[in-house]
Amino acid sequence: MNRDNVRDEVIRRSGTDPRKCMKCGKCSATCPSYDEMEGHPHEFVYMVENGDIEPLLASESIYRCLTCMACVERCPRGVEPAKIVESVRLEAIRKKGANRLTPEAVAAVADEELPQQAVVTAFRKYAK
Amino acid sequence: MYVSYFPGCTLKTKAVRLDRCARKSAEILGIELQELDSWQCCGGAFTSAADEVATKLSSVRALAEAERLGRPLVSVCSACYNVLKQTDHAFKTDPEFASKVRRYLAPDECYNGGTEVLHLLELLRDKVGFENIAKKVVNPLKGVKIAAYYGCMLLRPSDVLGLDDPENPSVMEELIRALGGEAVGWSQRNECCGGYVLLESPELAKKRSLEISSDAAAAGADMIVTACPLCRYNLDKAGSGLPTVYFTELLAKALGAEVDEI
Repeated sequence: MNRDNVRDEVIRRSGTDPRKCMKCGKCSATCPSYDEMEGHPHEFVYMVENGDIEPLLASESIYRCLTCMACVERCPRGVEPAKIVESVRLEAIRKKGANRLTPEAVAAVADEELPQQAVVTAFRKYAK
Repeated sequence: MYVSYFPGCTLKTKAVRLDRCARKSAEILGIELQELDSWQCCGGAFTSAADEVATKLSSVRALAEAERLGRPLVSVCSACYNVLKQTDHAFKTDPEFASKVRRYLAPDECYNGGTEVLHLLELLRDKVGFENIAKKVVNPLKGVKIAAYYGCMLLRPSDVLGLDDPENPSVMEELIRALGGEAVGWSQRNECCGGYVLLESPELAKKRSLEISSDAAAAGADMIVTACPLCRYNLDKAGSGLPTVYFTELLAKALGAEVDEI
């Protein structure tokens, strides 16, 4: 796929319209992972809109979004940045061999109390 | 009152008290939680991507079974509730998604969008009534200062869930007061504990949870109450020392259920 195809696919899959963004920055202001991301929610929105997706695919930021939906809830324009981040992350992990999380990695950190919920959710977010 | 019940994977294992205290309390309140015969794990998170179908089928199957039984589908776990309700909403509002889903289902599994998804907190507030619960309290939580922690999954996205005001929720505080406890005011109650990021960046989960737990402690709380096993795990591990309990544990205790045996 060329750059425009990837852009269109990411936007289509997100179900959102980044053109509605008025660049107020509220999404990044409210993001609990802001300090852990080098690409912040508002940057995801305009970079995807511009088709500048390669840097986002290579960025750790796609694995730092908590899907807490604070940005979705608080966006005054209904842009829903978390859905754009999710779409970019799927673009990355759906590629062959691109799973971010392995069962071995979970086994290494799991303790007696770790709820199944943590494991199933992490696999849904970090692997295909 | 008969309702269909979706316990979820974690309530059968690591969060057994969340489940059993809900069942005991429901019994006392005259609610029959009838566990679905063939529920499967909701997956823990709703994937917003429009082209993701297979991961949502377990939720659709649960919705379909509840529809055949003609009863609301109740969950106690915040994550199950969130996933079931968002899947139901996607089914009702996205004809392309609904059409793809139908191709995966057996003929007797068809879903027509007729199931009401409820969190137990909603059922208690809207169908039982906190004033009626207050009348059945035998062990009031007198003098206990409790920080109601909502996190993300009970509240957002609010246009789909509609459980409470996403910025100023009150359902858990109302329950705490009905049980005779004192609900403290604090600012981090609808912020994220870090959730699944625990398995990607334990430091980030710890940072988030410590911030939340410390805020509750600074507000003078004796304990934090939650509906989510993962929130509880993260908050317990964060190390501010404030205990975290499930809302069903408080409910069962106040209603006089023999919770120590659970």
